[in-house]
Amino acid sequence: MTPILEVKSLSKTFGSVTAAADINVSVKVGERVGLIGTNGAGKTTFVNMVTGYIKPDRGTILLQGRDITGQSPRYITRAGVCRSFQIPQLFLGLTAEENLVVAIGIATGRALAPHASPDAPDTRGAVEDLLSRFRLGEYRHRVVSELPGGVRKLLDIAVAVTRKPKLLLLDEPTSGVASEQKFALMDIVMEALPDDVTVLFVEHDMDIVSRYSDRVLAFYDGRIISDAHPSVVLSDPQVKSYITGAAN
Amino acid sequence: MQLVSTIVLDGLIDASWIFIVAVGLTLIFGVLNVLNIAHGNFYAIGAYVAASAAGWYYAGGDSFPALGLIIMLGSTLVVAVVLGPLLERGLLRFFYERDEVVLVLVTYALFLVLEDATKLIWGVNPYYAYEPYVLFGNVSFFGLSYVGYDLMLIVVAVLVGVLLWLALNRTTSGKLVLAVIHDRDMSSALGINVTRIFVVAFTIGVFLAAAGGAVTAPKISVQPGLAVTVVLLSFAVVVIGGLGSIGGAAVASLIVGIARSLAIHTAPWAELFIVYMVMALMLAIRPQGLFGTEGLRKI
Amino acid sequence: MLDWRSTAHLCMALVALLAAGLVLPGWANFLLVIALSKGLAALGLVVLLRSGLLSFGQGLFYCAGGYGAGLLMLWGGISDAALLVGGGGLFALLIGVATGPLVAGYRKIFFATLTLALSMLVHGALTKADFLGGTDGLNLRAPTFFGWRAGSAGENVYALYAFASILAVALAGLCRAHFGSVRGLLSLGVRDNEIRIEYLGTSVRRVVFENFVIAAFLAGIGGAINALALSHIDPELAFWTTSGEFVFVAILAGQASVVAVFAASVLLEVVRSWSSQYFPNAWQLTLGVFMLAVILFLPNGVGALLRRRSRPSVEADAK
Repeated sequence: MTPILEVKSLSKTFGSVTAAADINVSVKVGERVGLIGTNGAGKTTFVNMVTGYIKPDRGTILLQGRDITGQSPRYITRAGVCRSFQIPQLFLGLTAEENLVVAIGIATGRALAPHASPDAPDTRGAVEDLLSRFRLGEYRHRVVSELPGGVRKLLDIAVAVTRKPKLLLLDEPTSGVASEQKFALMDIVMEALPDDVTVLFVEHDMDIVSRYSDRVLAFYDGRIISDAHPSVVLSDPQVKSYITGAAN
Repeated sequence: MQLVSTIVLDGLIDASWIFIVAVGLTLIFGVLNVLNIAHGNFYAIGAYVAASAAGWYYAGGDSFPALGLIIMLGSTLVVAVVLGPLLERGLLRFFYERDEVVLVLVTYALFLVLEDATKLIWGVNPYYAYEPYVLFGNVSFFGLSYVGYDLMLIVVAVLVGVLLWLALNRTTSGKLVLAVIHDRDMSSALGINVTRIFVVAFTIGVFLAAAGGAVTAPKISVQPGLAVTVVLLSFAVVVIGGLGSIGGAAVASLIVGIARSLAIHTAPWAELFIVYMVMALMLAIRPQGLFGTEGLRKI
Repeated sequence: MLDWRSTAHLCMALVALLAAGLVLPGWANFLLVIALSKGLAALGLVVLLRSGLLSFGQGLFYCAGGYGAGLLMLWGGISDAALLVGGGGLFALLIGVATGPLVAGYRKIFFATLTLALSMLVHGALTKADFLGGTDGLNLRAPTFFGWRAGSAGENVYALYAFASILAVALAGLCRAHFGSVRGLLSLGVRDNEIRIEYLGTSVRRVVFENFVIAAFLAGIGGAINALALSHIDPELAFWTTSGEFVFVAILAGQASVVAVFAASVLLEVVRSWSSQYFPNAWQLTLGVFMLAVILFLPNGVGALLRRRSRPSVEADAK
């Protein structure tokens, strides 16, 4: 079966900083992949290149065999890759519900019609479905700028999945969330996602990584220094010394 | 050949005063991140104050003509020192936390207010301050006679540019200003007194506009409507050169000056809109301007 | 689409406007026609402001609408108000379609300055275009209304007023329905976060372009009505201070209410005619102080459109 994502010799430098040096990865459909590494190791750059925010200097990115290298975010999103952000990218002046209405409107094309009502039954149905799957019901009428960080994180992911992506990239879904709430948040997210969605998530908390991923990519200095099951990667001496620290 | 040299020299003269005014606008934008629509009003106020000062001085006899010019410039310095801090501290600072578009609107409102305030103070009849215009006699160039005062303007503009560059790049306070232009939040975190730099930069910007008005006052009739023309010209310069870039303002002033002079001498009908044409073209090809930079937002 | 309640509101508003015109003196009808025509241009700005964009060149389309209608009359021999205004609006729309792709890539002050430059270009060109009357512009004749020609100046003003009211109410109703639609929310989304819009798979440029064209059309209709009311067109329509007035009205109106736009426009015209009578040299000053006061003390107005909805509690929470 064609891998959902195949990245070949991907490279990117910013001035003298190497953010990606010859990265090669192949991800199977339905995998849950954790991306770990210290700040500046190249995780977010990798996510940004796959989703088109940054253009790689070299290398190719294939989505189910289709070349999406260097395409615009819009093109890549339409091709079936959606993402959330380290800093949630939401419509701050709109309510949680309105954020979902816009997202669903774009996904269904209804947002481009001049007078489609936000109260149309199928739009409503889709909104209700997302609100309940992501446990956002109580926040529906609150303006996003008023919402707590964790709720924004959830809403950001809910907005990202309105298009029913094949591949979902989550950039630090639990950053800024109190440690005792991280598992609860990840439980909601993983439960809300259909099984056939392939998920790549950037994460600093190794407990989260070992609980929610079935494969881990360890980034160091723009390279992937370890790529295996979490238990293998997290006990790798190189990973221990460079990323997780001696304590583990 | 003669036409070419005429166009170039006229263009240079035009570029000189435009540069003096526009570099003030770009300084204000660079430091305060304010696109100041009222900038032309500072030019107009400078011209009026200078013309009034000249009228007062020359009415008392023409004992030492050059002193009149100095008094004119000095009076605009007073204008800047009063208006600059007053407007920056008393008005603009309340809007720094708002969207930059809101600040454009605030300066637009200021433009409206100052436009009428100028009329209320000086009336609608023109003022003249032609006395200094003959100070430097006439100079011959390629068989053409040029007014020495106009050529002096070129020297003054170069001087302003060089002094500003030296002040920014060779003095400690100048480097602090550059730091603020580069990253306001970081500078503030490093303990730079951003407030003071804002006041000083705005005041210098106002002074440059007013001084531009003062040095052109002898060449023109000072009357209502100056502010509009000048602010649009300065906008064009700043947009073409790149917002916040002093080198850009210099090059763009030359482009605008020469373009205008070219139009006046070869296609007078195009004089009014050749500037906007260049501006629109520049925005279409390179929106950040000749010397501007563009950043990627962190996500 | 419009529900029956909004439709009923609109019909009531229209009847009220038409009745008021019968009672009011001719000069007031004239003032209201001008206010409605400028209100339409300002309504266009509100469409743009909802997507976070401030245009300082709306006068270009107001001017295009005026010249479109005027030339249809003078060169095309058409005298029917509906055709003239429709033609003016269409002409402005076409210019919007032609310039839209250029401006749609710009934001914030770049958008403001580029639209300003475009309108000043047109202003400059018109002042030198002798076949269009140059700086003086052109005088127009009184229009006909579906074959009927007004017998007196008073009748003509009322007919225009009635015609402008119908158009303004209809367009305001459409805009209101649009603002409440998914597409209307999408505009607010563009204002709030372009990155998210692109990462949802649609084009910010397209949204901006469409809003720009809608704004152009509304200004064109307004400009055409204005031209018929004044029986005159000149390049001042494209001058940036004309655009500045529209900005003023849009800012004053603030909230996403379409009614407020027209109320603000009427207020502006009343204040203008009052102060130009008593303080001919301080009219802009009044305007400027008023505008500062609005921005400073009614941030809802500006804030709601330019940034996000005002939620005082948020500010308190943040501190």
